[in-house]
Amino acid sequence: MTKVVEKVSKRGKKTPKYNKETYLTWYETMLRIRRFEEKSLQKYGQEQIRGFLHVYIGQEAIAAGLVSAIKKEDAIVTAYRQHGLAISRGISTKKCMAELYGKKTGIVKGKGGSMHFFSKEHRFFGGNGIVGAQIPIGTGIGFAEKYRGTDLLCVTMFGDGAARQGALYESFNMAMTWKLPVLYICENNHYAMGTSVERTSNVADIYKVGSAFDMPSEAVDGMSPESVHEALSRAAEHIRSGKGPYFLEIKTYRYKGHSVSDPGTYRTKDELKEYQSIDPIKVTEKKILEGNIATAEEIKAIKDKIKAEINEAVEFAENSDFPDGDNLFEDNYMQEDYPYTS
Amino acid sequence: MSRVLALRDAIREGMTEEMRRDDNVFLMGEEVAEYNGAYKVSKGMLDEFGARRVVDTPIAELGFAGIGVGAAMNGLRPIVEFMTWNFAVLAFDQIINNAAKTLSQSAGEFNCPIVFRGPSGAAGQLAQQHSQTFEAWLANCPGLKVISCIDPADAKGLIKSAIRDNDPICMMESEQFYALEGEVPDGEYLTPIGKAAVRREGTDVTIVSYNKMMLVANDAADQLAKEGISAEVIDLRTIRPLDHETIVNSVKKTNRIVVVDESWPYAGISSEITYQIQKYAFDYLDAPVVRVNAPDVSLPYAAAYVEAYMPNPKKVIDAVKSVMYR
Repeated sequence: MTKVVEKVSKRGKKTPKYNKETYLTWYETMLRIRRFEEKSLQKYGQEQIRGFLHVYIGQEAIAAGLVSAIKKEDAIVTAYRQHGLAISRGISTKKCMAELYGKKTGIVKGKGGSMHFFSKEHRFFGGNGIVGAQIPIGTGIGFAEKYRGTDLLCVTMFGDGAARQGALYESFNMAMTWKLPVLYICENNHYAMGTSVERTSNVADIYKVGSAFDMPSEAVDGMSPESVHEALSRAAEHIRSGKGPYFLEIKTYRYKGHSVSDPGTYRTKDELKEYQSIDPIKVTEKKILEGNIATAEEIKAIKDKIKAEINEAVEFAENSDFPDGDNLFEDNYMQEDYPYTS
Repeated sequence: MSRVLALRDAIREGMTEEMRRDDNVFLMGEEVAEYNGAYKVSKGMLDEFGARRVVDTPIAELGFAGIGVGAAMNGLRPIVEFMTWNFAVLAFDQIINNAAKTLSQSAGEFNCPIVFRGPSGAAGQLAQQHSQTFEAWLANCPGLKVISCIDPADAKGLIKSAIRDNDPICMMESEQFYALEGEVPDGEYLTPIGKAAVRREGTDVTIVSYNKMMLVANDAADQLAKEGISAEVIDLRTIRPLDHETIVNSVKKTNRIVVVDESWPYAGISSEITYQIQKYAFDYLDAPVVRVNAPDVSLPYAAAYVEAYMPNPKKVIDAVKSVMYR
């Protein structure tokens, strides 16, 4: 963990490598996710949002770097810690917040809740609630792209906990055998619920499991949108050239518990503080200002815009209607006259 | 016009016709391509369609079932063959948690047009892990449709319907009866999902069954006819949705029913049918519903155990006589 911190502080002294638009997009994306998640936690506390809630706070640099590195036509599938990724793909914060509220204006009409956002328009193939189940699914999404002969890929994301599921090993094996266009990303936030990576395997460097399949694999600093963007761009280029899948273990940290019900007693406050000292939003803001990429006024304008947007999202969610319970029978079968058992 | 085809050839013909019709349809599974299928159902398909569309997988049921689900969500129409449904238990997460629920949890954004197929049921002395039926397990789950049929003509028509269907489908065949021959119509036809077939008309008692137990039911009906008992025999063909209307109409005529079901009795297909009968035909029954199931135990290896375990014509005849109070 300390290595990441050192690396980031060194990198902070470098001259900015990307243009103003890129930095501001990263900054805005990360801030939008952070504020959305803070608001969702608050509304959970007020019992406006129920069920499970797994927030993305601390991991925003991954979503930011991801969006700039891949095409919008590329597919993405992930697990249940998904709000940030969905928002970064362009799904409106209004529809996301309304979904958390269980309203019919939600992205999936109140049917999925926090764990299951889907949008065909945004090529967002879901948040999956079964740890690791999306790994074969993402592999199959990539299979279909190769079958049709497109140059698109499927970003298949999962946590460090899912990296221990058998589904990963089966998928990696077939994806390499068939050279499928799949970019596997392990968001290693160091804890599978309350169990640290070191306690779940003899191999703590998760990227190394790719080597069993001769899959190109590397570890990436996930606290910086630049490093995420660079690694993903490189991986995407490799995949699009027809060479098959690529595996990135992106080391990150979630500031909050696994879900809202987790007080996080399995880790120290110092560890959390160390990561917060390299917070991707703070570091990026500093870089933008110190590198004269944008002015303090421009940063403030972004902050004000995001604040207003999130407030509007809450207002939209609160003013929307709940679904009608009679609609329970919609969307179980494509067959319109399916004879349900009674 | 019609021809005589074995079950395996009829299923292959159905898959082949659909693959010629739609490039999005492909077959994947263990040994389906170069080996020509563990039970030769896919024999010759690699030659016709090539390795892009007839895909040999490693032994990784969870993985390739999930790849099928992802491919289906992304526009293809996979046929996923399990060498037997016993092995598909490894893939149940993908069938139950994803294929069946994709439409609901995405509120209709994504559907999952996929066919999972393979043989189900005991197939001789194969012992506990290879001698199970899975219709009840899968039919319990909303989102899925379940087909179980060994009649060659209907199996061909049903797999064609299944491939064209926009919902996820589980199709159960029979390892022991892939060689079973039957008249198969020439030309294009589809057999509807969700419709039972009256295989034999009768007036005294209804025998309802499916998959290879249909052979037991028919044999029993033949013997009963010699004793002057006229049995109507219904082949469910589809397990979910269940065509209770055809069963109920028959019971209204015969007033007596025996359910013949190879699966275990507890929370099984026979229980569901019995519930539906009491719901829709209670006033027409002249005797309680009786079922002939496998017993409530795992099936061991020795021949004597298999003999004692499996439903057979004698057990069915005894059940029929009990509902007729004879």
